[in-house]
Amino acid sequence: MMRTTIILKTASNYLLPVLLLFSIFILLRGHYLPGGGFVGGLIASIAFILHSFANGLHKTKELLVLHPGYLIPLGLAISFLSGLAPVVLYDLPFMTGLWSHDSVAILGHIGSALFFDMGVYLVVYGVTLTIIFTISESA
Amino acid sequence: MTQQIIIYPLFLQIAISIILMFSWNNIRFQKIFSVFGSFVSVVLAGWVFYYIWTTGTQTVQAANWSAPFGITFVADTFAATLVVLTSLAGLAVSIFSAATVLKDRLRFGYFPIFHFLLLGLNGAFLTGDIFNLYVWFEIIIISSFVLITIGGEKAQLEGAVKYFTLNILASIIFLTAIAVLYGLTGSLNMADLAGKIAAVENRGLVEITAILFLIGFGIKAGVFPLYFWLPASYHTPPFAVSSIFGGLLTKVGVYALIRVFTLIFTHDPFLNDILIVVAIFTLVSGGIGALVQNNIRKVFSYLIICHIGYMIAGLGMFTEVAIAGVIFYLIHDIVVKTNLFMISGLIFRLRGSNSMRALGGLYAEWPKISLLLFIPLFSLVGIPPLSGFWPKINLIKAGFAESNYVTVAAIIFASFITLIIIAKLWAEVFWKEPQELKLKENFKFFSKSTTFKKTQIVLPIALLSIVSLYIGFGAEHIQELSARIADELVNNQGYIDTVLHAAK
Repeated sequence: MMRTTIILKTASNYLLPVLLLFSIFILLRGHYLPGGGFVGGLIASIAFILHSFANGLHKTKELLVLHPGYLIPLGLAISFLSGLAPVVLYDLPFMTGLWSHDSVAILGHIGSALFFDMGVYLVVYGVTLTIIFTISESA
Repeated sequence: MTQQIIIYPLFLQIAISIILMFSWNNIRFQKIFSVFGSFVSVVLAGWVFYYIWTTGTQTVQAANWSAPFGITFVADTFAATLVVLTSLAGLAVSIFSAATVLKDRLRFGYFPIFHFLLLGLNGAFLTGDIFNLYVWFEIIIISSFVLITIGGEKAQLEGAVKYFTLNILASIIFLTAIAVLYGLTGSLNMADLAGKIAAVENRGLVEITAILFLIGFGIKAGVFPLYFWLPASYHTPPFAVSSIFGGLLTKVGVYALIRVFTLIFTHDPFLNDILIVVAIFTLVSGGIGALVQNNIRKVFSYLIICHIGYMIAGLGMFTEVAIAGVIFYLIHDIVVKTNLFMISGLIFRLRGSNSMRALGGLYAEWPKISLLLFIPLFSLVGIPPLSGFWPKINLIKAGFAESNYVTVAAIIFASFITLIIIAKLWAEVFWKEPQELKLKENFKFFSKSTTFKKTQIVLPIALLSIVSLYIGFGAEHIQELSARIADELVNNQGYIDTVLHAAK
């Protein structure tokens, strides 16, 4: 196991929730402003990678419960269904944006693009963590 | 808006992959579901084909952005035909994979990736946007990297390195060509490009861009100076993987060449001359390469290269008859080449070897299977009335009409050399006195497999052989189809109008 300083260990406990919240902020900020699912997913995975550097891989795995690899098909499915929704519901071409009439507090109008981004978020998060975990396990 | 059914094959493949990924550890379910899904995709592709055949070219504007700005999916008869062939080859290889691919490979997501590969192929055929075509090519090559390295044997990785390097290079060149094209015209929609490229003053730059496309697609298709990766890598992965590669991956390069050189860069005598010269060298060098090989899969790999030459030659002649020949050959070739690599797998199962010298006596021991294998092998040669014979008539006819006698000579030479190779293979593998069978531990010989497994191995070969027989004996139908596709490709105004003036 890597030797880590107490500063990193303490900081990572606070950084984990902050980075996760930040990643969700970035996810929701997407579409009109810089951000979106891809960057959000990367930030979320960085949160856990940092945690594993500080506390060891097995601790992070305990924290995660479910192996991140399972989120890859889930994310793909969400993205795919968000693209498929206009085809099935309104007979519009694939991936046409659907937007809600009423705006929600904070988020504003919710569109199918948000669900697409959420899918991307999960895929990126799942893929990155799977790759990093596999590499650190075999190292 | 029923025209959306043209992208249903894409939906189906991605849905299959997602469902297969959810059941990552349940190999049994993956096998059953992959075969079932592939069967559904054949039915669906047939439906799409029927729809296109009756109503003509159809488009879908993804995300409802109208033509030159958004990504357009276009299904003309050519694309629909290739989608049908892809799904047929996919079904056959899916059944074959279920029986022959080792469990260690299946556990690492063989089937989900396999369906991603089919998704990429279908997407490449259906897209009407050149950058989107690049994206589908990326999906294809990334999936193929996984399939070629899965299992991680030493020989496999050695082949994969060569495959990887040259395919990445091809992608970079393709991307550069797209960048130049976009710089010249400011558009990426292929139908829009057709008009804009014709109006560009700087013909020199247009020709250079065309050459870049020729190099990029040429590496993927395996034409003359750029084919070295192909025989170096196709004999290393599992048999099921090499059959889908041999059947479809080089053909998607040919498809892209046909699309680009019939739609965007047309009526340029210089380019046509280059295509013809390349084709002649491909025919000769591929044929001679195949002649000296001993490993069956290497022989077939060189034959792929050799026969790519026919299609490039027809494209270079660029008359309606020649293009009809190219399309007919493409249809025949996808079916036969997929089948050939599955046959090499079957032979390996029967005798535990793929070396022609070490094999022999198959006909005496397995007469029924040998008769079945006779069909695809001699379809490849083109003994009339089997399927390889008819497209060559078109090509030779076009060669004489253009008084392009060197091409005709090369085509005849390549047919002749194919005949010699297959005759040699038949004599060595099927008729020669059987060699001593080396028993290997941990190797499941065909004779020791269960009847269910045996059926799983022979059924896909039989299925594609029946398709080959149909292409041979129902040549009239295929000829009609090829003529219609050639007409659509040569008189491309219909395609352009449908894409650009499609009602929402």
